[in-house]
Amino acid sequence: MIRYILSKFMFMLLSLFLLITATFVLMNAVPGSPLQSEKATSEQVQKNLEAYYGLDKPLIVQYGTYLKNLVKGDLGISMKKKFQSVDKMIASSFKYSLKLGVSAIVTSVVAGSVLGIVAAMYHRKFLDNLAMIIAVIGLAIPSLVLAPLLQYLFAVKLRIFEVAGLNGPMDYVLPTIALASGPIAFIARLLRSTMIEVLNADFIKTAKSKGLSGYVIVMRHALRNSMLPVVTYLGYLTAGIITGSVVIEEIFGIPGIGKYFVQSVTDRDYPLIMGITIFYAIILMVTRFLADIAYVFVDPRMRVSGGKAGK
Amino acid sequence: MEGSFKKPVQFMLVLVLAFGMLLTACSGNNNKPANDEGGAGGGDGKAQEFRFTLASEPPSLDPATMTDAQSSIVAAGLYEGLTRLNTDGEPEPAIAKEWKVSEDGKTYTFTLRDDVKWSNGEAVTAEDFVYSWKRTLDPETASDYAYMLYYIENAEKINSGEITDTDQLGVKALDEHTLEVKLYTPAPYFISLVSHYTYLPVNKTAVDGKPEWASEAKTIVSNGPFLLKEWAHEDKLVLEKNPDYYNASAINFDKVTITLINDTNTVYNLFETDKIDWIGAQAGSVPTDLTPQLVADKKAVITPVASTYYYLFNTTKAPFNNAKIRKAFAMTVDRQALIDNVTKANQQPAFALVPPSIAGVEGKSYREMYPDTDYFQENIEEAQKLLAEGLAESNMKALPEITLLYNTDDAHKAIAEAIVDMWRKNLNVEVKLANQEWGTFLESRKAGQFDIARSGWGADFNHPINFTYDLIHPLSGNNDGKYNNPEVAKLLDESLLTTDIKAGMDKIAAAEKIAFADDMGALPLYYYTTVTMVKPGIENVVSDYAGHLDWVFGSKK
Amino acid sequence: MSRRVDIDSARHLAPEMFEKISRDRVGAEEVGRKSLTAWQDIRIRLLGNKLAMTGFWIIVVIMLCAIFVPVLSPNDHFTNDLANTNKAPSAAHWFGTDDLGRDLLERTWKGAQISLFVGLMAALIDLIIGIVYGGIMGYYGGKVDEVMNRFAEILYSIPYLLVVILLLVVMEPSLTTIIIAMSITGWINMAWIVRGQIMQLKNQEYALASKSLGAGAMRIIFRHLIPNAMGPILVTLTLTVPSAIFTEAFLSFLGLGVQSPVASWGTMIDDGISAMTIYPWRLLFPAFFLSLTIFAFNVFGDGLRDAFDPKLKK
Repeated sequence: MIRYILSKFMFMLLSLFLLITATFVLMNAVPGSPLQSEKATSEQVQKNLEAYYGLDKPLIVQYGTYLKNLVKGDLGISMKKKFQSVDKMIASSFKYSLKLGVSAIVTSVVAGSVLGIVAAMYHRKFLDNLAMIIAVIGLAIPSLVLAPLLQYLFAVKLRIFEVAGLNGPMDYVLPTIALASGPIAFIARLLRSTMIEVLNADFIKTAKSKGLSGYVIVMRHALRNSMLPVVTYLGYLTAGIITGSVVIEEIFGIPGIGKYFVQSVTDRDYPLIMGITIFYAIILMVTRFLADIAYVFVDPRMRVSGGKAGK
Repeated sequence: MEGSFKKPVQFMLVLVLAFGMLLTACSGNNNKPANDEGGAGGGDGKAQEFRFTLASEPPSLDPATMTDAQSSIVAAGLYEGLTRLNTDGEPEPAIAKEWKVSEDGKTYTFTLRDDVKWSNGEAVTAEDFVYSWKRTLDPETASDYAYMLYYIENAEKINSGEITDTDQLGVKALDEHTLEVKLYTPAPYFISLVSHYTYLPVNKTAVDGKPEWASEAKTIVSNGPFLLKEWAHEDKLVLEKNPDYYNASAINFDKVTITLINDTNTVYNLFETDKIDWIGAQAGSVPTDLTPQLVADKKAVITPVASTYYYLFNTTKAPFNNAKIRKAFAMTVDRQALIDNVTKANQQPAFALVPPSIAGVEGKSYREMYPDTDYFQENIEEAQKLLAEGLAESNMKALPEITLLYNTDDAHKAIAEAIVDMWRKNLNVEVKLANQEWGTFLESRKAGQFDIARSGWGADFNHPINFTYDLIHPLSGNNDGKYNNPEVAKLLDESLLTTDIKAGMDKIAAAEKIAFADDMGALPLYYYTTVTMVKPGIENVVSDYAGHLDWVFGSKK
Repeated sequence: MSRRVDIDSARHLAPEMFEKISRDRVGAEEVGRKSLTAWQDIRIRLLGNKLAMTGFWIIVVIMLCAIFVPVLSPNDHFTNDLANTNKAPSAAHWFGTDDLGRDLLERTWKGAQISLFVGLMAALIDLIIGIVYGGIMGYYGGKVDEVMNRFAEILYSIPYLLVVILLLVVMEPSLTTIIIAMSITGWINMAWIVRGQIMQLKNQEYALASKSLGAGAMRIIFRHLIPNAMGPILVTLTLTVPSAIFTEAFLSFLGLGVQSPVASWGTMIDDGISAMTIYPWRLLFPAFFLSLTIFAFNVFGDGLRDAFDPKLKK
């Protein structure tokens, strides 16, 4: 196991390095610069600025300097938000995205599982269709439309929730719904289809013939065996959700990290682009790694091939 | 079998529980201070709080590196300079009690108040200004707006590194409370200019050797009516009244909360639910579609702003190197229809570049003295004739493919779509639309890679030179259409050297007239307005002449 | 399970248990179910699924409207009519007009063309790359899998949004650019789904049998494994089309959508949101048809999946 983790870790470092290099190249290929402004600045001021941020040096030197600082754990300072360090910017905004993201993940796993199980247990019956229609309607309304609608209806008209911000627990409700509506449907459908398959598998039939009740079968046997794809899906859902959603953060005025994915590029804020890329990649790699481990735990077959036969 | 199944479920359960606990823990922590705040604000009726939003957080609160409206709105409360512009855009004494100007208009001597204090307890002295200006001009500081100081003797040379001895800068502290400034050219508007944030003083103790001093609330040392209590980056700024401000009795707000929210509809919904007291003037904007109704219901008001919306012609290449073709395009835009149906905020049609809220002399505005409607009028028939003549002059049978470039934005898009349709109907010309994201757009526009490009210009200071020299002088870095008429250049240069304000303005107006009546160097569309909404009870909070929120001296009943 | 078994078991019955009837052609036909090919089987199951068929017909109708409404409608999608801006739906403009007085019926269906095109193209590209890449990964396993999987992982760990925006900024903004940008990382998901399926399936008896009979890798992958993995692939595919339509809408929200005056549902929704409370039709029509399309693709995909999966036979 330790060797497995170590080799995974080495690979993560390698991919990070490749990623950093690719992003660095791509970012510098984009027209525009972090130091441009609409009003013309004198050539001299422009030069002073470039010298200040080291942009006057050849790209390869800039790249070297960046790597050197990175190894020391220094992500640099933003070129747009004067003297704010990139690591602090990411940390303080990630706090919000993480909280909202966790809330959305828990919601989607719970709601998605309920819908999926109901649909599978009543396969081809009314409840199956109903559960799927509910799930798919949630999926079919883009958050672009859902978020402002929720906001207008529940915050402006009914005044049940706040329009914006993330100050109290109630403030999580609307953004969580908007954020989770897609994943709920995805999990419900995934769970439904694998579970229908599992319910038709021999071991379930055996369990049925032994006289176990439908509920016990579903909870004890079928669910565990149907969780595999959901766990894989959670691997990247987690990364996607906790790193924030631009639309939902923007509409609900949440100071999360999502906006930086757009803002860093529009500002050509090089250190921030790099920082966000590295941060996102690490989160993604780690969550996928955890999902891999979880997969091993959930899937007995994987354990057999993993050398722990004889369970 | 049973055993092997149990664990994963437990594992999942533990995960879910852990997530749940983390969540409640996080939100629990977060919740408490919010509640306390709510209690304190609601229970005590006397504390005056003013709340508004900004679309993005100030990139900098360091006077040397500030460049944008967001920063300047916050800085107006935090810092105090030599003068302050009143709501009409006229300079009034602030730290400078009075000032004297020499005969040649090149030397200004400011007498400073002796009761102004920094938030760290030190006194504000003339030396602080000298230090601040030298620091801004120091190439090491890499200030974007350093050129605002170029009026001062040797400023440009210091900024370019040509002079390394900063003591040669034309500014001196004669004593603790007397500041002498030498200019390289008479600039009659220098008193307005020193109200600009680039001219603000900074506290040497707080700033020296700490370039990051202005990026956190706890390290900022300021001297203005308000102190920065909290700066939660990307979330909000909280300002509180400065009890040691020399003119504290003029300040009524005890607390000012600035939330950073970009989405226009969200800002409007916050206003609707009484979470903010103000929208407009660069502090949030009223959704365009709602504006006419809100104005009709008297819920919103429209104020003119010293900014101009115009299109640039690329005058260096066909077809817009021909003045007649340029005129044809400019004369076939129905500006009033555009304003009534697209921009909807009662903007004023523009036939030149200097906006109506820019001051002239003797209490008249510049535009009242020199009406731009004299320059040209919309006229479709005339335009069609001019287009035909222009084509003949340039030896063309038909227009080449023309692209209108604008930066990505819903409002710009709607305007461009409407105008392209007017040209299609009035000139039978098909103009293509292209939008680029801001950074790319700026680069294309600077490099002249366009036929027609969107542009807008806002005032840095209240003088027509700011809209003429900067935009139609061939040497200006902002003249991206490369309009070049030596006569215009000559008139503008002369206006800079004139000490008589009226004579200077005459020359500016003469240049402007040539640029639009004869040459149509650019395509003016409209003078901006800003739509503002304010909660009842809030007074003296306004949009200033430049269309920036001016809240510092406001009060709440 | 299947009915043919019943016919076989009839042999064990005693002759006297039968009542003799005269020869009847029609009756003879009824005795057993016709032997069906897999595809006929799928079709029958699909046709029996009402929800899925509803989805199917919605997709057909929306596609037909997208093709024919812009041709038949007397208006066009770009001409402004500043005297008739923001008009509610009427006989002249069935869906009303927008802020520049353009006919929304025309724009909605012109927008449908763009949105559907983006969705279908992105799905097609993802499908092709994903199946080939994922199939090879899953089948060969070991070193090949490791290398290919790591490449995919690296690509996947690039922030998707950042890549799309960077690309849209680097390249000329156009429909092609949007599709390319979406496909660059879009296929990986599909590849992984395929890989996971193939890994599970490749050791199943029929695959092993085919292998031992000397079938090549490609034959096993494409003849045996992929068809059996069609369920998850289709579920993923039916999500790719709508998610590509969503992504396009999302890019419009960021102002990176298609170039004006062409509109997609995304750009129209973006335009319509701010007017939601006073001119609801500007949001309603594009949003409704977008959601309906997404809904239809999803329920149809679900039905298709059920139909494909022999294990779900009743």
